Amino acid sequence: MSEISTQLELLSFKAQNLANQANELANTVLEPSGGHSDFLIFGITVLVLACFVGYYVVWSVTPALHSPLMGVTNAISSVIIVGALLAAGPIDGTISKYFGLVAVGLAAVNIFGGFVVTNRMLSMFKKKS
Amino acid sequence: MSNLSSIAYLVSSILFILSLRGLSHPTTARRGNFYGILGMAIAIITTVSNPGVLSYKEIAIAFIIGGLIGSVIAIRIQMTALPQLVAAFHSLVGLAAVFVAASAYYNPIAFNIGTPGNIPLGSLIEMAIGTAIGAVTFTGSIIAFGKLQGFVSGNPLVFKGQHFLNLILGLGIIALIAKFCIDQNPEYFWMIVAASFLIGVLLIVPIGGADMPVIVSMLNSYSGWAAAGIGFTLSNNLLIITGALVGSSGAILSYIMCKGMNRSFLNVLLGGFGGEQAASATGVKDDRIAKQGNAADAAFMMKNSKTIIIVPGYGMAVAQAQHALREMGDLLKAAGAQVRYAIHPVAGRMPGHMNVLLAEANVPYDEVLELDEINRDFSETDVAFVIGANDVTNPAAKTDKTSAIYGMPILDVENAGQVFFVKRGMASGYAGVQNELFFRDNTLMLFGDAKKVCEDIIKGLEN
Repeated sequence: MSEISTQLELLSFKAQNLANQANELANTVLEPSGGHSDFLIFGITVLVLACFVGYYVVWSVTPALHSPLMGVTNAISSVIIVGALLAAGPIDGTISKYFGLVAVGLAAVNIFGGFVVTNRMLSMFKKKS
Repeated sequence: MSNLSSIAYLVSSILFILSLRGLSHPTTARRGNFYGILGMAIAIITTVSNPGVLSYKEIAIAFIIGGLIGSVIAIRIQMTALPQLVAAFHSLVGLAAVFVAASAYYNPIAFNIGTPGNIPLGSLIEMAIGTAIGAVTFTGSIIAFGKLQGFVSGNPLVFKGQHFLNLILGLGIIALIAKFCIDQNPEYFWMIVAASFLIGVLLIVPIGGADMPVIVSMLNSYSGWAAAGIGFTLSNNLLIITGALVGSSGAILSYIMCKGMNRSFLNVLLGGFGGEQAASATGVKDDRIAKQGNAADAAFMMKNSKTIIIVPGYGMAVAQAQHALREMGDLLKAAGAQVRYAIHPVAGRMPGHMNVLLAEANVPYDEVLELDEINRDFSETDVAFVIGANDVTNPAAKTDKTSAIYGMPILDVENAGQVFFVKRGMASGYAGVQNELFFRDNTLMLFGDAKKVCEDIIKGLEN
């Protein structure tokens, strides 16, 4: 009797374990896809609202400063470096890490180049003395 | 992503918006640029403190090398070469987007989007679109850079079936994206990249050199959309917001440029406008004779004028005449004249290019006016001095319905008491149209290199 009960106990323990594992697996499968489709709608909302902000902000830029505007937008579009840093982050030496490092370098050229050249342009604009 | 880093990204988004807002006036513009730098610094620090980012040393090396290259280029670049610099920088954003997307594809775990070969559909679509836009931006900007720098001929390259080929390629890319989303095969990923590279080249080659302001703005826009696309892959709002800002900025600038030429965006994109071909095709024989003057006459007449408007164009930039021009302006001001500058929206090779060149030559920005600010004043002006501009002053745009530039907003230079037109020869302008202004009674042509003419006038004024 006691043998059967211990076996039963063991079995129920195993079943519990399996159920847990199944649950975990289901979660890992669901999480990225489910969580992601939520972000898609959220992201589109943000994108559309940001386009409106961009529209009004850019129309308020004086035409005389359209070249510096291109310099600044060029520099800030390198915010893509956020993705590059995440890609380059892992310690291992996979191909995707090297892709990431190259992207970090490219974005850095742009960030420094864009802000420096904009600053140069803007420092030239002077009022009548 | 922790809440803290989300908030930090939000702060940097706001700083980016403020940095563009600062450009609404020259007095706040430098602070705006500082906001942009601050926003970028916050974004970078926040990302580096992410627990998944550990290879600090390698990242620092890549960042410093890139930063040094960028800074050196930006410090050394001549202001006349700004358009090609900006085009070159856009290409880097495009290429970086391709690399980030490739990296996300090979190691999706680092981006929290599933495991290799098991990436959710939504992420695949975003990744593929981001890659395609990035790749088009890369090669398109390279070609634009080549044309502006003179590595590639500025003439439009048109061939039969060009638009059909582009259409096929575009549909092909869509088909490849669909295939890629179904089986996540790396071959399809790289085929998307290759096809997008090709279409980027094909889209820009038919476009003439003087249409480049539109193209540079358009590529500026693309680089923003590429960043936004990657933002969706990363589920990162900062990238989406910034991408949308840059994307709409570029789109608005393209719109302004198209309007300045009275052409539709599609018309510019289809290409084939301008260049030598167009000039020879429409160059009607003209036996009318334009009156020719010399620098001494111009100096004498301008010295006795009360109001002078200078109309600079791309030719001034090519001849590097801005410093001599400003010196001439100073002498005229000293002689008691009011000197102002009128800028057409499409003067130069990128939006606002003339303003930067004049600012570089120490012309105060409040003497430099836009078309709609100054156009009425020509009729009360003694002398209009056109230097390096042509089509933007052609009165035919208002009267001649058959003209290629009919409807284009122009500077009403012909209303001034006396027009001096500095030009190398009688060749027609970019649009291949003869400028009616040359044959007006109140126009005097000053033939020669723009810088040389200015220097000669300076000598005349000093005597």
